Amino acid sequence: MKYLSEYRDERIARALAAEIAERTTSPWVLMEICGGQTHTIMRYGLDELLPPGLELVHGPGCPVCVTPLETIDAAIELALRPEVILVSYGDMLRVPGSRSDLFRAKAQGAEVRVVYSPMEALKIAREHPSRKVVFLAIGFETTAPANAMAAWQAKQEGLTNFSLLVSHVLVPPAIRGLLASPANRVQAFIAPGHVCTIMGCAEYEALVRDFNVPIVVGGFEPIDLLQAVLMLVKQLEAGEAKLENQYVRSVSYQGNLPAQQVMAQVFEVADQKWRGLGSIPGSGLRLREEFAAYDATRVFSLHDISVEEPAECISAQVLQGLKKPTDCSAFGTRCTPESPMGAPMVSSEGACAAYYRYRRRAVAS
Amino acid sequence: MAERVHTIVELSCPTPLRANDTVLLGHGSGGKLSAELIRAVFLPALNNPVLSRLDDQAIVNVNGQRLAFTTDSFVVKPLFFPGGDIGSLAVHGTINDLAMGGAKPLFLSAAFIIEEGFAMDQLRRIVASMQQAASAADVQIVTGDTKVVEKGKGDGLFINTTGIGIVADGVDLSADRARPGDKVLLSGSIGEHGIAILAQREGLEFETTIESDSAALHTLVTEMLRVGRGIRCMRDPTRGGLSSALNEIAEQSKVGIALEERAIPVREEVASACELLGLDPMYVANEGKLIAIVEPASADAVLHAMRRHPLGSRAQLIGTVNAANPPLVTMRTTLGTTRIVDMLSGDQLPRIC
Repeated sequence: MKYLSEYRDERIARALAAEIAERTTSPWVLMEICGGQTHTIMRYGLDELLPPGLELVHGPGCPVCVTPLETIDAAIELALRPEVILVSYGDMLRVPGSRSDLFRAKAQGAEVRVVYSPMEALKIAREHPSRKVVFLAIGFETTAPANAMAAWQAKQEGLTNFSLLVSHVLVPPAIRGLLASPANRVQAFIAPGHVCTIMGCAEYEALVRDFNVPIVVGGFEPIDLLQAVLMLVKQLEAGEAKLENQYVRSVSYQGNLPAQQVMAQVFEVADQKWRGLGSIPGSGLRLREEFAAYDATRVFSLHDISVEEPAECISAQVLQGLKKPTDCSAFGTRCTPESPMGAPMVSSEGACAAYYRYRRRAVAS
Repeated sequence: MAERVHTIVELSCPTPLRANDTVLLGHGSGGKLSAELIRAVFLPALNNPVLSRLDDQAIVNVNGQRLAFTTDSFVVKPLFFPGGDIGSLAVHGTINDLAMGGAKPLFLSAAFIIEEGFAMDQLRRIVASMQQAASAADVQIVTGDTKVVEKGKGDGLFINTTGIGIVADGVDLSADRARPGDKVLLSGSIGEHGIAILAQREGLEFETTIESDSAALHTLVTEMLRVGRGIRCMRDPTRGGLSSALNEIAEQSKVGIALEERAIPVREEVASACELLGLDPMYVANEGKLIAIVEPASADAVLHAMRRHPLGSRAQLIGTVNAANPPLVTMRTTLGTTRIVDMLSGDQLPRIC
């Protein structure tokens, strides 16, 4: 494929892997933040190409995985109301809440529609003036501008039957949380290229400075990831800690300023609960007061419920890179993509699902 | 902050939701949930030696003549799509299910469930398309049924077709017959039907229109059977795609299958659409492709026979059956690493980032 096959080239991959092996003299633990990167690593078996001492652990960058139970439960509750059309990205439908999921709600008669863009949700609202259209606005900084744009546009048009159920998470505060934890074992990070395409690199510079940790902004193709690993290994071996950008074809230092502008206009930073990780200060977004009329929690007076997550799976450790999915006793037996125990088994970008789908017995054998 | 992050290590995740209380859309996807439904509900109630083979068709013996017998329902939306419509698809699908058993298709039935208010001219177009597909394939639609349901109680039109055909002496194809060493042949590029439907449904436009590969495969099968008796089994990888069909064979034959990613043909525009939509062509539906498991000595001859037929001109040897880790399907990736090719789990959903 044009512009893509060169990032999947076997010869380039082998050459990069050989250089990584040559440069690696001691064991290192690297974390890729984004679930899309985890997916590529598993899909292409990149871990097979790395030298034994070099360990890749998988970060919390799967928005589907970290969306809290409370948000899923609220989405299901709203979807089951006869006047509501709940609109969502496809991945969210299978994610279990505390009792059910949106697929089951759909089977019970709820109207749940899957879209690729929140603008489609706006269109549904225009076409169904007698219904209340709720968009499940989840994701990292990547989906936030489009979701913000939907709220902004709805306000411009004066739509009164459209609202957002917001559960937005931000990457840098989560990395800060991981680094501040005494249990942390990650020595360098591959930062998420798509998030940085929007937000730029400045926030990551602060992390490098505060924790003296190498960070490379990386892309999502196999060659991108191998290059990012090589850049990190060079820094680690040289005892350096810098911010570098591997994904230069997409990421600029300042990021996408108009996107940041619309985000800032519509959203403000707030504390946010992450599924499996708990609350992290300043790690989420909520709608500003001016957009209260588009906030589903206010429109429908949803109570601030808190759901306890029963102690069963080890997704919290997996999301922090403390354990591998295969370390879990339920992995592949009691916990599979068909009956997931934890969110990382649900989305194809979740670390457990990626292991299950591409690696499970190859790793075991 | 540090303490908070540390203590959250104790938290974890919710109890599993078993998918057995209600029927979900995923139960009709042709992947794992469909297989579970068959195992948990249909087989225990209806089991017999013919059914339990779980092939695409039943082969039954009637007065010394082996008959292939199969049925399929069609609920495709939209009803008309590039490369076909629900009518031609209903004819091709059932012919193909017969052909995968090595049968010569003879007669079809057609049953229509029509929603009140459905446009008569659309129905005429669909029926004409069925007749055209049937006569092109030299089969006859000899019986049928019509039911009309109230407006809002159906989605326009559903069609069921049932078919019978005869199986020649010496032909014995079944998904439990793959043996280590056998070769895996694929008749052409994958993913075209699913992407054609999805592109139409989502209103996506590409530089070229992606057409469904919907086609009747029985003449291709005839050519393949002509060159030798080394064919062990055939499948048309429809819902659930190539990965699910291969996983079914691996499971029923209790073997492993090792694929070569480079050898699997995917057309450029299908690959691009899959990138855009976050889909893997290995899981996308086909309606005019087949896979054949062939003993090693016959593989070359069968492959060449396939390539001489217009529906097999891009046929490829894509892998080998092995004895390692049954029933695991693995793939040597374009980077030379190895990964698992799992069966489709639920519906293949678009990823969001």
